[in-house]
Amino acid sequence: MLTHLTMPRLAMPDIKATRRGFLLGSAAVAGGLAIGFRPAFAAGDDAAASNPFDAYLTISPDDRVTIISSQFDMGQGAYHGVATLVVEELGARWDQVDVTGGYGNIKQLGNLAMGGAAQMTGGSTSMVSSWDRYRMAGAAARMMLVAAAAAEWGVPEAEITVADGMLSHANGSKASFGALAAKAATMPAPADVKLKDAAEWTQIGNADLRRYDSAAKTNGTHSFTIDVKLPDMLTAVMIHPPKFGATVKSFDGTAAKALPGVVDVVQTPRGVAVVAEHMWAAIKGREAVTVEWDESGAETRGSDAILAEYREAAGKAPEATARKEGDSAAAMGSAAKVLEAQYEYPYLAHAALEPLNAVARINADGTVEVWGGHQMPDLNQFVASKVAGTTPDKVTLHVMKTGGGFGRRAVADADIIVDAVGTAAALGGNRPVKVQWTRDNDMKGGRYRPAYVHAMKAGLDADGKIVAWEQHIVGQSIFKGTPMEGMIQNGVDPLSVEGAANLHYAFPNQTVGLTSPDVGVPVLWWRSVASTHTAFSVETFLDELAEAAGADPVEYRLELLREAPRHAGVIRLAAEKAGWGSTPPEGRVRGFAFAESFSTYVAQVVELSTDGGGIKIHKVVCAVDCGVAINPDNVRAQIEGGIGFGLGSILGEELTLSGGEVDQANYDTYTPLRIDAMPEIEVHIVPSTERPTGVGEPGVPPIGPAVANAIYAATKKRVRMLPVSKAMSS
Amino acid sequence: MATININGQDHQLDVEDDMPLLWAIRDIVGLTGTKFGCGQALCGACTVHLDGTPIRSCQTLVGDVAGAAITTIEGIDGKVADTVQTVWAEMDVPQCGYCQSGQIMSAVALLSETPKPTDEDIDSAMYGNLCRCATYHRIRGAIHESARRLEA
Repeated sequence: MLTHLTMPRLAMPDIKATRRGFLLGSAAVAGGLAIGFRPAFAAGDDAAASNPFDAYLTISPDDRVTIISSQFDMGQGAYHGVATLVVEELGARWDQVDVTGGYGNIKQLGNLAMGGAAQMTGGSTSMVSSWDRYRMAGAAARMMLVAAAAAEWGVPEAEITVADGMLSHANGSKASFGALAAKAATMPAPADVKLKDAAEWTQIGNADLRRYDSAAKTNGTHSFTIDVKLPDMLTAVMIHPPKFGATVKSFDGTAAKALPGVVDVVQTPRGVAVVAEHMWAAIKGREAVTVEWDESGAETRGSDAILAEYREAAGKAPEATARKEGDSAAAMGSAAKVLEAQYEYPYLAHAALEPLNAVARINADGTVEVWGGHQMPDLNQFVASKVAGTTPDKVTLHVMKTGGGFGRRAVADADIIVDAVGTAAALGGNRPVKVQWTRDNDMKGGRYRPAYVHAMKAGLDADGKIVAWEQHIVGQSIFKGTPMEGMIQNGVDPLSVEGAANLHYAFPNQTVGLTSPDVGVPVLWWRSVASTHTAFSVETFLDELAEAAGADPVEYRLELLREAPRHAGVIRLAAEKAGWGSTPPEGRVRGFAFAESFSTYVAQVVELSTDGGGIKIHKVVCAVDCGVAINPDNVRAQIEGGIGFGLGSILGEELTLSGGEVDQANYDTYTPLRIDAMPEIEVHIVPSTERPTGVGEPGVPPIGPAVANAIYAATKKRVRMLPVSKAMSS
Repeated sequence: MATININGQDHQLDVEDDMPLLWAIRDIVGLTGTKFGCGQALCGACTVHLDGTPIRSCQTLVGDVAGAAITTIEGIDGKVADTVQTVWAEMDVPQCGYCQSGQIMSAVALLSETPKPTDEDIDSAMYGNLCRCATYHRIRGAIHESARRLEA
């Protein structure tokens, strides 16, 4: 999940060389939109004559409206959000709408929150990027339909009404979208598109609206990559190196190939694939394969050793400076009181329920098709072309909806795509193949939330005011070694320091330092990225400082946010709704935390009780300011889910390595939240007319520190190591 | 060769007896609403009914279910199932939706056995069904709401 912060132009040299237009800046795209889908690109550009019917939606004669979403749906509701914007402006009926994933058109599908430079879903930017684009698309299409109707009926456009997928006129003329679609497509795209005023909205902000795709998810008909069936398709499971960085030296698939249903055992760029007529034969076949690995380049350290190195580094000067204001060292020296704390965060796995998978078919003419969760489609298309030995234009993608993602489907080296296309290529392209990772492939597959150690230090004056603040973050860079490495500026990977280097708390003399050790464990963005750890350190440490200052934690924060009304707004709202300051129910204590992530503001109050060594979280009251809440119920759903996702991670998730090998293989030892630990949740949305920001991730960051602050209230024990289960037993 | 009855229909399956029912349902019979998540009965995504009782099909062998009636998400019907599915959609329980077939199979079995479940009943019946999107808050609400409607 890419950050939206300080987005310089992405440098992806390999792609740049082959994908024309990749370097297109946001200004050109935004300028294009502003003049209504007739972007003034270079002469002869293939996008120059585009209209909304091509890039963003199609209306077929049978009255179906198909929206082509630039944003990928992994369950967060991006498709529904994009559809809401189109339906609002187009005047379509929900039952005529479907959404598919687009790709291969960066100029029109590039993420505007990322400068339009890549089609990418991440950083909770789907609605940020789509807000104008898809409303414009819907409105432009409506205007073209109206123009078509006006021409057909010989009446002025202004007299035509559009509602529920129909155009009508007072003279009795009436036509469906489908009936007018062909004619509308010949109309000039409007030069000036006027969007509805907020007062006219019937879809945007409608709390009663439900997701268009829910029914299919209750009767088994919603199709995921695992459900793709093609004529003659094979199924493969993978054998990956047990240590990251190891490669295949040799393998023996003879015994496996003798088993019923096993078709072949082949080497691929990332390991060995066991290919069979169906999944069970592949799984059984895998047990009969022996592989010898070349581990000369492998990471062999365990997570304990890695964390020990981080602890040592945290005590030294940082390699790079992410933020420096004033002179924290001098201010620390003259402070009345200095507090210090060190925090430790484990590796975390995404562990989505649908283990990674992709289906690849190499056709007789050399073209390639790939079905999968294409979160960064152009990258996947490019990687697929390289593996298949062809060019990106020969690769067709089928963008599938996916069984959870949390960041794991956006991988710079497109691991699962390499597995699938690599297997299909190794089979000689004779038959399509679905590569389906088993749970252990997925759990041991790397791309984890990095482990971190943070050293925190703050100085208070005699009144308890913060006069110096130092934070040193130690952990792997996510961008390093990827085509997006250019995002690292002056040694600072923004994905390591978001939520620490951009605090709005108004204290002087801040230094945020970063050390990014090289470790061979592949790491990746994980729902809410750096804020998964930065918010924890900042918000629990602030509570310590508030206590040292003899201040109420909520008041202490508000005092630091006098110039930040949206920050203060959610803090006040959550505190008020949770009854902060009143006596909690018998046996319960409260904890508070706030975090801004991806320009969305979230405050949470946790109510918990302790029983022996265990804790029970009863209730979370949450306030969120995400600008216009396009789908209020989905905002609530994402915040609820974010809280549960974050809660699982801080309570019990920890991925460890021994001698370079991952210790966990399944959900018995890697333990996401289950229903018994899910608290009651109240979500309060701040009414707003600000432009919308995302909600997929921002529910996650505050829950950990809110729980830890409540644990302190109950036990006087500071949680400085996650997961809590480990901190409580140490 | 095994004969298993799925959703009221007998299927003659030319597979080995040790094939988990999950893969027989998905890859041989071709019903894909039942999902694979862990392969070790740890996540509940593969939950189906065996004579009305929820089981994890990834740990149930084809050879052990001859003669039993298997019901998958595609085959559930009746008042409880219809109510649960309707309420699930009305309350927008699913996010990604991948685990929801299993969640619904467990919820229908719970409500068929215990028409007015307490929160503890729900925790105990649904504990084995992981939802990585953490839709648990709504799952709990939807089970209570289904119980209310079924009582009315």
